Amino acid sequence: MRILVGQGSCGIASGAKKTTAELEKQIKDKNLDINVGVTGCIGICYLEPIVDVYDDDNNLTRYVKVQPEMVDEIVEKHLIGGKAVEAYVIPPSGEDFLNKQTRIALKNCGLINPESIDDYIAVGGYSALKKALFEMDGDKICAEISDSNLRGRGGGGFPTGKKWIQVRSQAEPTKYVVCNADEGDPGAFMDRSVMEGDPHRMLEGMIIAGVATGAHEAYIYVRAEYPLAVHRLKIAIEQAEKAGYLGKNILGSNFDFKININLGAGAFVCGEGSALTASIEGNRGMPRVKPPRTVEQGLFGKPTVLNNVETFANVPEIITIGSENYKKIGTEKSSGTKAFALTGNVNNTGLIEVPMGTTLETIIFDLGGGVKNGKEFKAVQIGGPSGGCLTKEHLKLPLDFDSLKKVGAMIGSGGLVVMDEDTCMVSIARFFMNFTQHESCGKCVPCREGTHVMLELLDDIVEGRGTEDTIDTLLDLADTISAASLCGLGKTAPNPVVSTITQFRDEYLAHVVDKVCPTHNCKAFKKVRINPEACKGCSLCKRVCPAEAISGELKNPFVIDSEKCIKCMACIGACKFNAIVVE
Amino acid sequence: MQSQKETKNCTCTCSCNDDTDYYALDEILAEYKDMQGNLIIILQKAQEIYGYLSREVIRHISQVTGYTQAKIYGVATFYTQFRLAPIGKNLIMLCQGTACHVNGSKDIEEAICSELNIQDGETTEDGLFTLNNVACLGCCSLAPVMMISSSEGEETYGKLTKDSVKEILKKIKAEAEK
Repeated sequence: MRILVGQGSCGIASGAKKTTAELEKQIKDKNLDINVGVTGCIGICYLEPIVDVYDDDNNLTRYVKVQPEMVDEIVEKHLIGGKAVEAYVIPPSGEDFLNKQTRIALKNCGLINPESIDDYIAVGGYSALKKALFEMDGDKICAEISDSNLRGRGGGGFPTGKKWIQVRSQAEPTKYVVCNADEGDPGAFMDRSVMEGDPHRMLEGMIIAGVATGAHEAYIYVRAEYPLAVHRLKIAIEQAEKAGYLGKNILGSNFDFKININLGAGAFVCGEGSALTASIEGNRGMPRVKPPRTVEQGLFGKPTVLNNVETFANVPEIITIGSENYKKIGTEKSSGTKAFALTGNVNNTGLIEVPMGTTLETIIFDLGGGVKNGKEFKAVQIGGPSGGCLTKEHLKLPLDFDSLKKVGAMIGSGGLVVMDEDTCMVSIARFFMNFTQHESCGKCVPCREGTHVMLELLDDIVEGRGTEDTIDTLLDLADTISAASLCGLGKTAPNPVVSTITQFRDEYLAHVVDKVCPTHNCKAFKKVRINPEACKGCSLCKRVCPAEAISGELKNPFVIDSEKCIKCMACIGACKFNAIVVE
Repeated sequence: MQSQKETKNCTCTCSCNDDTDYYALDEILAEYKDMQGNLIIILQKAQEIYGYLSREVIRHISQVTGYTQAKIYGVATFYTQFRLAPIGKNLIMLCQGTACHVNGSKDIEEAICSELNIQDGETTEDGLFTLNNVACLGCCSLAPVMMISSSEGEETYGKLTKDSVKEILKKIKAEAEK
């Protein structure tokens, strides 16, 4: 018998370390011969901490939401008594969540110990590298990846094989492989899960990219906000070097390959290729004019293969099963799978991997279990700050690179934030604009100043100063920014605004014409008053009011002067009788 | 010859009154001096040692590596990770990603601000806490989330409420008083 506890960042934040400690303690106290191991995130984040118990025939019993006080019962009844504690076992909806997926990049996440290379090798790890080194050559690998129709999973969807062939054809002898693990898109965490749950898969993909293109050195540019991912990557690189999969003369093939880790210093724009390479070079991460493209002159001016974590994690599978088999998954132009981070107002939050072309409906209702608290589905934000909104009418839309482009959205890195009827689309647009404005590197004026003005206009709308002209000015500016910015961040910065105006113009009009926020989110449209029947006249609210808007005599109901009220809501916190009403 | 006292009172901007201990930094500089693209790595390590990048530290790095101070400031101010002023013992990184936003991270921020009496980017008077809003911690399924980083390591707290976040801060305060 053996036990695995899910210890990705999400598991740990849910208390997996305490659960593990309790398990280890009880197993030791009771003299049981059971090994407690660590694994990555299986993706059912809403059920963490997860404890997997495998019996001697490798049959799995999966316990969910295991808190330390539940450990005693599991140890007594299951580990000693041999009978599963049904009450704690994963519910059928959780099983469904997993069974309805097709996993390639996340195949081993949550099933193997990410800190053990032996675990990875035991499930077939590094066999693709052996095949690439000894049965194929660079041209053949490039052709295989090209035939597979694998497209960049970081957002752009550029054909990976084409990129590799271009780098391979460069005459310059020094070339680099760079892995973009600067997952800065708010609401996406698939790359973190791969690095935390199956780091060797990504390393193997990178080494194969090296064999294919003739590069001998690689860099992983990973966010410093992901300390656990960095830790596990370092362990994985060390183990791979020791086992001969990295370093000089890999497996006796005469091929050398070295992987370095660079910590990103927190700039969203560094997800853009030329900004990322500038950052690795130790400079300000600002994009530059292309051409020359990264495949010609990338890192340190040398030809560079730049792919994202999930893309590299797909490579070993393609080499192993062959491009023909890989192409059977997904749609014709977008083959394979895509990992999505399903979050927001949805019942089952977590990480899923489904074939390209899966409909939004399947993802939100079959896998996600529908909208939280029985509310109505309103929209889903896809692709983060560069993406757009999809609404009810898009529920049947197959999600792949091309069909999303047609409706003004993009897959982006794969964040799916579900929003219910209570979400204000104008404030969502404002949220993203605030983000891009903050993250604009400042190089191009249209992006630097334009996003600033767009943010001010959105502030006008949510604060009740907007007019119909404000909406037109927003669309006008959006055009200019998209047309005149250098990099992807700038070009796509207005997308959330344009897409929400297109889909939810009524809601914008309600803000600027009727001066109401239909979802009651925007503070400026709220009215705060005191219910005279509940008010005891204690004067607590008057004392906390920073605007001196509340007046009244002790023991008589107080009143709020709505002219003076700044809607800070401090009175609500102060009132002991729930007498303050927000309308 | 100048007396020790006079040196201390000197107001010039050269390094004559610098009493920073550079032993650990010099080891880092020796290790990375000749590496391609080393500047960000050196700044990250320096910040690990001193907690922030002081004027003196930047000048010292400039002298050893040959990068101009302007170039170093340019890089240090570009990235959100680098700080030019000291921070509190506990760095609160409050996630403001999409999922956290939808799940009420603004309320959590208000709760932290009122509990500690600081705004985003500020440090409490007792030097115990610094609050930083960050883009996304990648724990979206546990939104709203914050990470508190101290000399003991990083701890992530999920599914925050106004009350739970105040509890967490009070607990850290109580620990510190012990």
